[in-house]
Amino acid sequence: MSKIQNAFKNGKAFIGFLTAGDPSIEKTEEFILEMVKAGTDLIEIGIPFSDPIAEGSVIQSANVRALSAGTTTDKIFSMVKSLRTKTNVPIVFLTYLNPVFKYGYENFFNYCNQVGIDGIIIPDMPFEEKSECYIIAQNNNVDIISMIAPTSEQRIKEIAANAVGYIYVVSSLGVTGMRSEIKTDLNSILKSVKSASSVPVAVGFGINTIEQAKEISKISDGIIVGSAIVKIIEKHGNQAGKYIYEYTKSMKQAIL
Amino acid sequence: MSRGRYGIHGGQYIPETLMNEIINLEKNYDFYKNDPTFIKELNDLLKNYAGRPSLLYYAKKMTEDLNGAKIYLKREDLNHTGSHKINNVLGQVLLAKKMGKTRVIAETGAGQHGVATATAAALLNVECEIFMGKEDVKRQALNVYRMELLGAKVHTVTSGTMTLKDAVNETFREWTTRVQDTHYVLGSVMGPHPFPMIVRDFQSVISKEAREQILDIEGKLPSAVVACVGGGSNAMGMFYNFIKDKSVKLIGCEPAGHGINTDKHAAAIAKGTLGIFHGMKSYFCQNEYGQIAPVYSISAGLDYPGIGPEHANLHDTNRAQYVPVTDNEAVNAFEYLAKTEGIICAIESAHAVAHVQKIAPTMDKDEIIIICLSGRGDKDVASIAQYRGININE
Repeated sequence: MSKIQNAFKNGKAFIGFLTAGDPSIEKTEEFILEMVKAGTDLIEIGIPFSDPIAEGSVIQSANVRALSAGTTTDKIFSMVKSLRTKTNVPIVFLTYLNPVFKYGYENFFNYCNQVGIDGIIIPDMPFEEKSECYIIAQNNNVDIISMIAPTSEQRIKEIAANAVGYIYVVSSLGVTGMRSEIKTDLNSILKSVKSASSVPVAVGFGINTIEQAKEISKISDGIIVGSAIVKIIEKHGNQAGKYIYEYTKSMKQAIL
Repeated sequence: MSRGRYGIHGGQYIPETLMNEIINLEKNYDFYKNDPTFIKELNDLLKNYAGRPSLLYYAKKMTEDLNGAKIYLKREDLNHTGSHKINNVLGQVLLAKKMGKTRVIAETGAGQHGVATATAAALLNVECEIFMGKEDVKRQALNVYRMELLGAKVHTVTSGTMTLKDAVNETFREWTTRVQDTHYVLGSVMGPHPFPMIVRDFQSVISKEAREQILDIEGKLPSAVVACVGGGSNAMGMFYNFIKDKSVKLIGCEPAGHGINTDKHAAAIAKGTLGIFHGMKSYFCQNEYGQIAPVYSISAGLDYPGIGPEHANLHDTNRAQYVPVTDNEAVNAFEYLAKTEGIICAIESAHAVAHVQKIAPTMDKDEIIIICLSGRGDKDVASIAQYRGININE
């Protein structure tokens, strides 16, 4: 059993996302520590990709900033290694399949294991393509996090039954980004997921307000917030640390 | 291993939100491709609307000038809307209608696929939105206006390199946002399965006709068929029915831009490496960390960092050969064909013409080459003038 389970032992989990290297790799480490200090239960670190097709404009821009700053997969591994001397918080990567494939699955997951990465989310690797790297990841103690979308319907059962770590339920159609309203019938999706799996279920895409956090945490095991945090980084740059702390603290308290 | 493999290439690497939709698409396609009513309707559109079969024209002057193999041009430029793109689009939009879709979206590079999609959407009465990179909107202003005349809404894409790759990204994003009533009319033999198969099938009419035509005219098969390759739809269409004819060389011409030893090209086979992007495993121009490279070609339609998975496999198995052709060679060929045969072809197609200029003189006079002239060149006249330092807008 991976460290990911620990994230769901402290009430409802607050899962925070940021893009590594935005605005710099040093700042990413600092921002993650602020999030941990504020009570974030699990950190998702985005490895920037040139063409993030599941992302909305906020995270797309963060990817551009990070790559322009010279961020590479190797620098991110070093940052996580350093981070691991300071915190035990569960950490997962979020990236697209090509950066992982090109790095070499063996090398990539071996490094993940060495530096203490607990899982990975790969939005362009659906259930049917999991054989790309599922076994290699497992051998290196990295959980491949499964995603379930509002359109998954009859697929939910199979995906959920095979899930490890946690299940990432996508709240809405479309790409990542803050939404004023989440219209999907999450209740019925979560019910199907829960009936097929005992793995914790977290909901992401669009969540940014305290009200949304409260409401969605009532029916799930945790909430995932990305664009709202990245937006703070976009606005405050190097000075974003304290704003990230305040924001993530208020979100975690809202769902306790 | 998922469906839709060509050797190690292909697959379905897309977000979960789209998975049920592409499964549904494959199911519908498998049904309608054998449905007599669908086949009849599509054939009627191809004949009476698009103007098929397209001519197989003997380029006598070019043949005499190059003094080698006999050269034929498969005249896809004479199709309605001016390129091979209409073959695929009529099939896909008709299929979308049968599936109950009321809206189609598409990416476009040169604008040819966008114009073709807008045309089919107008004819078949569905809503149409086209995504086009800002760079291409500039290079191909005429085609943008054509799409608008046809009733389509054109979105200018300002992310990334603002060319074809980014237009594809944005169209995928739009599709995940509104998938229920919308079909993505992918324009090339790329993307997740079943697109490479569907587009290839609809484009294979090119080689089906060409094979019959050349046997009819010459009584024998060609020594080589040659086509330009970006994503690779006209080339796949031109190659497909010749794949089993082992004596026929299949040659794809990749955009080498300023040269494959510079950083300004889009030659995915010559310089790319294995990767996974836009739903498929194939060859891509990318860096050591798997970041997709900003590619370049004078031709907006070939300005794409990857190549369709079936081409990647034809390359792996040595069934087809892929050669780089530079901007300069293509522009020279563009002008050559205009002066020699009185045909202004698309700058994309001119890449194939350029390669034939090189190989025809080395071949015997009883050998035959067929070039797929994938599109007409009206859209390129202004940028060719600019390449030659002439401003025709003054």
